[in-house]
Amino acid sequence: MSTLIKQDILVELLANAGTGFEQVRATGKEAFQAQGFPTNKSEEYKFTAITKKIEQSIQNFAAAGAFEVTAAQVKEHVFEGYAGDVLVFANGHFQPELSSTVDGVEISPLSDKANTALGSIAKPEKDPFCALNQSSFDGGIFISVPKKAQIQKPILFLNFFQANAGQVIQPRVWIEAGDFAEVTFINHSVNFSDASYFVNKVVEVKGGVNTQIRYYKLQNEGKNAIEVSNIETDIQKDGRFTSVNVSLSGEMVRNNLSLNILGSNSEGNMYGLYLLNGKTHVDNHTNVDHTVAHAESNELYKGILADSSRGVFNGKIFVRQDAQKTNAFQQNNNILLSEDAVVNTKPQLEIWADDVKCSHGCTTGQLDEEALFYLQARGIAKDQAKGLLLYAFAGEVLEHITDESFREYCIAKVQERLGSNF
Amino acid sequence: MLTIKNLHASIEGTPILRGINLEVKAGEVHAIMGPNGSGKSTLASVLAGREEYEVTAGEVSFKGKDLLDLSPEDRAREGVFLAFQYPVEIPGVSSTNFLRTAVNQVREYRGEEALDAVKFLTLMKEKMKLVEMDQKLLSRALNEGFSGGEKKRNEIFQMAMLAPTLSILDETDSGLDIDALRIVSNGVNQLKSKDNATIVVTHYQRLLDYIVPDFVHVLYNGQIVKSGTKELALELEEKGYDWIKEEVDSKATV
Ligand SMILES: Nc1ncnc2c1ncn2[C@@H]1O[C@H](COP(=O)(O)OP(=O)(O)OP(=O)(O)O)[C@@H](O)[C@H]1O
Ligand SMILES: [Mg+2]
Repeated sequence: MSTLIKQDILVELLANAGTGFEQVRATGKEAFQAQGFPTNKSEEYKFTAITKKIEQSIQNFAAAGAFEVTAAQVKEHVFEGYAGDVLVFANGHFQPELSSTVDGVEISPLSDKANTALGSIAKPEKDPFCALNQSSFDGGIFISVPKKAQIQKPILFLNFFQANAGQVIQPRVWIEAGDFAEVTFINHSVNFSDASYFVNKVVEVKGGVNTQIRYYKLQNEGKNAIEVSNIETDIQKDGRFTSVNVSLSGEMVRNNLSLNILGSNSEGNMYGLYLLNGKTHVDNHTNVDHTVAHAESNELYKGILADSSRGVFNGKIFVRQDAQKTNAFQQNNNILLSEDAVVNTKPQLEIWADDVKCSHGCTTGQLDEEALFYLQARGIAKDQAKGLLLYAFAGEVLEHITDESFREYCIAKVQERLGSNF
Repeated sequence: MLTIKNLHASIEGTPILRGINLEVKAGEVHAIMGPNGSGKSTLASVLAGREEYEVTAGEVSFKGKDLLDLSPEDRAREGVFLAFQYPVEIPGVSSTNFLRTAVNQVREYRGEEALDAVKFLTLMKEKMKLVEMDQKLLSRALNEGFSGGEKKRNEIFQMAMLAPTLSILDETDSGLDIDALRIVSNGVNQLKSKDNATIVVTHYQRLLDYIVPDFVHVLYNGQIVKSGTKELALELEEKGYDWIKEEVDSKATV
């Protein structure tokens, strides 16, 4: 049993949380109390001892409030050549005066509108952190893309974090897109502190008929930060949702990504890259639930792990009895650059329909020595040759980012990492 | 240019090379022949600096430098080129990007200016012509999905780009059809000069009709057991290796 006293945490967090959402919070609280923090017996958190980590680092459970971010800081951290809109957040709190308004999109702080919505996609009883967030979220945003709106320019969530040791940041995001809408989101974080704070974020994305939604995320957390992220989406008929997640740092990161395929002829794509060093621990749990026939899901996660870093990949694919003619592909490949680096990878396929095409595969290995020698034998320095090979491995994931300036930014970040730490 | 003295090398504790002696001078072409498993590729790999092989005795000097002391990349930069018997496929690495990195690192080592995109492209076009290399191949990832013959041709193309002083061609002729063989040999011959040297490892006399060797050596059991002129290759073609094996084995029992 965990020594964390659930009640106390909630008292602290609830005292800090804003007003409103009584019913939503009560449901969240109840669900959290029913589950508690995951213990070491919890199957879902088997390889990620997050409760222990929280116990060690997060003592008082006070919410970190908003802080002042300057326009200059915003300017500095938007990537070069970026032509889209920018929404600024300080410790999860929306900063409208620093943010752009997006033509044709409703953007507002969480208000009563969200009252019936929150928790309807990311159900609190499915994950304790999702429940914890629902009980005591503090800050966040409500985004509504109307029917048929084609938002050509991406929308960037620029998250600034500046928290003290032990503080908690719990943003809540609701995104809904009407039928035939198209929109791209980029989630990027900037840290102003190396303290061990805890970010527990929930993002719910409600797609409509024939919507096209892209959600890209670059995780570059403070090196002592703990982060849990729950992203869940409903995909309707003819809809498409694509997620690209790139993790570069943090003390312990857990990503839960869930795609509910609820309409036929739809597509869910999940791409991920994790480049880990030091003692960073990144756990990607993905879940795609095929409930109807004639839909497709594609998944590719790749990891490069150095030092004593640790990666966890768990990919669940459910194909329900009605989901005939499902195509589901999953692939997880890892390169370990040190003897102390560890990856636990586990595909989990549950297939109840009989006429489906599902494939999965995972590999974990070292850098290809023969390829390395081949490059060296042509005069390329060993480190650079390694960088070339690793980039070749990692690049396959980044290709799925459609926004050029963000892709270039990620490529530069990845290459910087591959050239220096590895 | 290259002097190998009493070279011994082993892999995972198994001795493969057992005392190789060889002298290659500028302007020369040496052919190394010998039965499968005799150590030809091992010799080539040891010269190129493959780390899996442990050199247990002997020395190798290249242009007066201790070759064994250099990293694989420095050997390449000094002018050693190995055309691999089995070129590696490297998905995700573009051929052009790779070559440009290689060429410029070699140039930098030699104190030459890096080639800009335009100059590099000009050089590439020129050398592509030499080995009749298809542009389409170079727009793909390095060797990925190349046929056996295409890979071999790519090796010679890389050789042309890097302008080495000592080229070691490990069975570059295997897997080439007759036209490709002619083209590749042509390329090699055009790159030949009085200042560089070539070692060709081959099983077939037919290559030596195109690339005429000054010396032919037979490698057997990790040693050069016989050396001669180009006539030796003809003799081997006709009689096989048994007579050499017998000669060696009877000597060993005496
Ligand atoms: N990793 C290894 N472990 C043990 N033995 C090895 C290893 N690699 C190569 N060898 C052995 O070394 C010997 C020499 O191999 P090498 O490839 O040099 O022969 P080769 O003369 O090039 O033959 P071929 O004409 O078939 O290309 C062979 O007997 C081979 O089995
Ligand atoms: Mg060989």
